[in-house]
Amino acid sequence: MGSVTRLLAQRIALGLLLLFLVSILIFVGTIILPGDVAQSILGQSATPEALANLRAELGLNEPAFSRYFSWLGGAITGDFGTALTSGLDITTEIGRRLGNTLFLAFWAAIIAVPLAIFLGLLAVRYRERWPDKLISGVTLASISIPEFLIGYVVMFYIGVKLRWFPSTAVSYRPDADLLTRLDSIALPVIVLTLVVLAHMMRMTRAAILNVMQSAYIETAELKGLTMFTIIRKHAFPNAVSPIVNVVMLNLAYLVVGVVVIEVVFVYPGMGQYLVDHVSKRDVPVVQACGLIFAAVYIGLNMVADIVSILSNPRLRHPK
Amino acid sequence: MRIPVAAAIGLFFTALYFLMAIFAPLIAPYGVAEVVGGVWEPSSGDYLLGTDSIGRDLLSRMIYGGRTTIFIATAATILSFTTGSILGFLAAVLGGWADQLMSRFVDLLMSIPTLIFALVVLSVTPVTIPALILVMGLLDSTRVYRLARAVAVDINVMDYVEAAKLRGEGRGWIIFREILPNALSPLVAEMGLRFIFMVLFVSTLSFLGLGVQPPAADWGGIVKENAEGIVYGVGAALYPAIAIATLAISVNLVADWVLNRTTSLKGGRG
Repeated sequence: MGSVTRLLAQRIALGLLLLFLVSILIFVGTIILPGDVAQSILGQSATPEALANLRAELGLNEPAFSRYFSWLGGAITGDFGTALTSGLDITTEIGRRLGNTLFLAFWAAIIAVPLAIFLGLLAVRYRERWPDKLISGVTLASISIPEFLIGYVVMFYIGVKLRWFPSTAVSYRPDADLLTRLDSIALPVIVLTLVVLAHMMRMTRAAILNVMQSAYIETAELKGLTMFTIIRKHAFPNAVSPIVNVVMLNLAYLVVGVVVIEVVFVYPGMGQYLVDHVSKRDVPVVQACGLIFAAVYIGLNMVADIVSILSNPRLRHPK
Repeated sequence: MRIPVAAAIGLFFTALYFLMAIFAPLIAPYGVAEVVGGVWEPSSGDYLLGTDSIGRDLLSRMIYGGRTTIFIATAATILSFTTGSILGFLAAVLGGWADQLMSRFVDLLMSIPTLIFALVVLSVTPVTIPALILVMGLLDSTRVYRLARAVAVDINVMDYVEAAKLRGEGRGWIIFREILPNALSPLVAEMGLRFIFMVLFVSTLSFLGLGVQPPAADWGGIVKENAEGIVYGVGAALYPAIAIATLAISVNLVADWVLNRTTSLKGGRG
């Protein structure tokens, strides 16, 4: 057991290190590029006085090194400063919106994960026959269309033509009762499900096929075990870790897909907050959102690795 | 050499889109920013796809838009491949700490979702077409780097590379005369996939209002401009979906064919 705890501790430490380096990268990404932040906020016609004032306000006259550490210190204690354009506190705003985004992503995951695993298994069961071909055809089509277009296609046909659900999520209120909230996010959830379903099905199919074609499955079949026993004792334990990996990678993908889908459906979440402030060139907000998205992404990848370590004894004993 | 049907269809449509992009000013019936009719007129003899949110001919916008989208995607793909494969080959040939340094940096870049990092960078850079190409190309070169390095590491231990090293050839020779010709086929197959990704990427950025700026047209921008129409039952915003999907699927079919051909020739993907 000692080696497992050590492996886990190593993986968590690696995740934290990665997060720290990513925070540097996000910070550096907004300063080393050609062009002055103050200039790009105020535009070409800004007076030198206005530029100097804004630079002082942003702390741009201090060295980048000390600015980074004061930003990081603030971020760790949950203080991201105030937005340049509105003067509002970023942490309060993010607190409000992060919940909405997670609510949306949560329901998309609840529907997409079981469905993708089921369809992936179906594709394996009917391999090279029409259900498999249909599934891979749909997959090819859906990865060839950008998320936002899938969003509009769904909005056009289900929201506007059929009128099953409200076509935008403008009416979403976090304090409404659960059914009303689910009704207003129905379309974004459908779209997000479609977006991740394709990837997840394909990866599940590949993972299961990989296990089912192993020599030990053939041995089990040859020694006359029933299909159920083979799946329970041989296939399932070996398939858990790849499937969990697939799920986690796709949840990470989901978190990014949310950014675009929120803009399509005018949903008051983190993604819309980020995109709005990128076009307003509100750097503190962009840095804060970027860091949070990256943290969620890195966190989910880390969980995927931890589950693989726990479920796969082979990874516990590196040679 | 026989070309399979799927690949032939793919080649046909890919060529069609590229020709349309090149000769856009000759094909398009109206100017890109020319207001010719009412708002969201339905399709008619004068306007084959109808008009857009401020009365411009949608077919002309789609053709010019394809030109912009395909140009940006192609330029970004070329940038991504040049940077990614040269650095990847260099890492494989140099080995040691230089390889470690570059590979770990690429790992770090890839641990941030591409879209999020692009948004962070675009919040401070001026939104111009060269800036877009630069940001997209460099961010995507991480993926090419990984492939190029993996392929080159395998080639680097081949006898003919050893022979070249013993002859005393320089690193430039090894990279361009020994590794590059042998790594070309897996890289070319990957190029199709990267190109599609670039088309989707630039469309997404334009849709978010951070890519190509109006009045210039591009497929993502057309969706953004006509998105309001969806609620009133006007499908103008959906045309780019058809264009992007057919282009992506055609390029995919060609890439698959190239990949299959090279695998059967070499007995493995690099």
